[in-house]
Amino acid sequence: MSKPVFVYVTYIASTPEKVFKALTDTDATAKFWFGNAVTSDWKVGSPVKFHREGKLIVSGKVLEHDAPRRLSYTFQSHHEPHNGTEKPSRVVIDLEQQRDQVKLTVTHDDFTPDSKVFASISNGWPLVLSSLKSYLETNRVLYAPWYEEQVKREAEKAAS
Amino acid sequence: MTARFTPKTVYVTYIAAPPDKVWQALTSSELTRKYFWDRTVKIEPKVGGAFTLRFPDGRVNVQGKVVDYDPPRKLTYTWQVEWPEEFRRLPECLVSYEIAPAGEAVRLTMTESHSWDVPEAILSGGRMGWPAILSSLKSLLETGKPLSIAMEPPRDMIEAIKKLK
Repeated sequence: MSKPVFVYVTYIASTPEKVFKALTDTDATAKFWFGNAVTSDWKVGSPVKFHREGKLIVSGKVLEHDAPRRLSYTFQSHHEPHNGTEKPSRVVIDLEQQRDQVKLTVTHDDFTPDSKVFASISNGWPLVLSSLKSYLETNRVLYAPWYEEQVKREAEKAAS
Repeated sequence: MTARFTPKTVYVTYIAAPPDKVWQALTSSELTRKYFWDRTVKIEPKVGGAFTLRFPDGRVNVQGKVVDYDPPRKLTYTWQVEWPEEFRRLPECLVSYEIAPAGEAVRLTMTESHSWDVPEAILSGGRMGWPAILSSLKSLLETGKPLSIAMEPPRDMIEAIKKLK
């Protein structure tokens, strides 16, 4: 089985500086990332943590912080049903100014061949990045009451 | 007829707009010319009807036949590129859009399916294009303003097409 790689591209009418700030800011992530607030001092090797309602959802370590071009960290899901049992994968976010917009590319890889987190993040990133785009372009976020259900359904499907 | 096509590229985006507005964006030439690099769409609203995508000068860029027409849920058509000329060598593919309510937003899923062992280089065209087109569609519906993304088909794709018989 080959190792899965997830790639997603979106274009946002904004600047690389604003997109980079949104991705690394505690308050901004809490807004567009459905309550998942990121904290880190963003030094290479430092911890990265996403908390929602006081609960640890994702943890990792900073691999690269090259504002406003590239942000990379390891990614371990503590969310149900993964609960930190799967070894960390890797997130790389590249930003590139193109005319009046920013091309944002997420490359999420380095999964175990039988990864269950992969299915969750494949559903999650399009939602998170659609919300980020709305947040930066219209100052409103996408509310995702369905997201929990979707994660659960995918997990059940993967388990059966 | 769609059984012989295999999904090769899927792009999902969530849009803060009602399903019928997203449907309108996919089927109205006034809107496609704003987010789809000035191209105008024309769709006969029935299964088996004609689908055409034209450049501003009237030349046909892509044509096909409607396979699913279920407003505002599912739209599928066959996709045969007519211009640029060498792209006519490409076998027709299938482009499908699904619109599903998702909370206060909708989830739009675009699936590009192929009937042959299509090389990655050829798939790279759609993989580059769809995120740009659908990001621009989302911006248009949410802000009233599309994006202005400049893009040409990847060189590898053109080379791969030239090798087709």
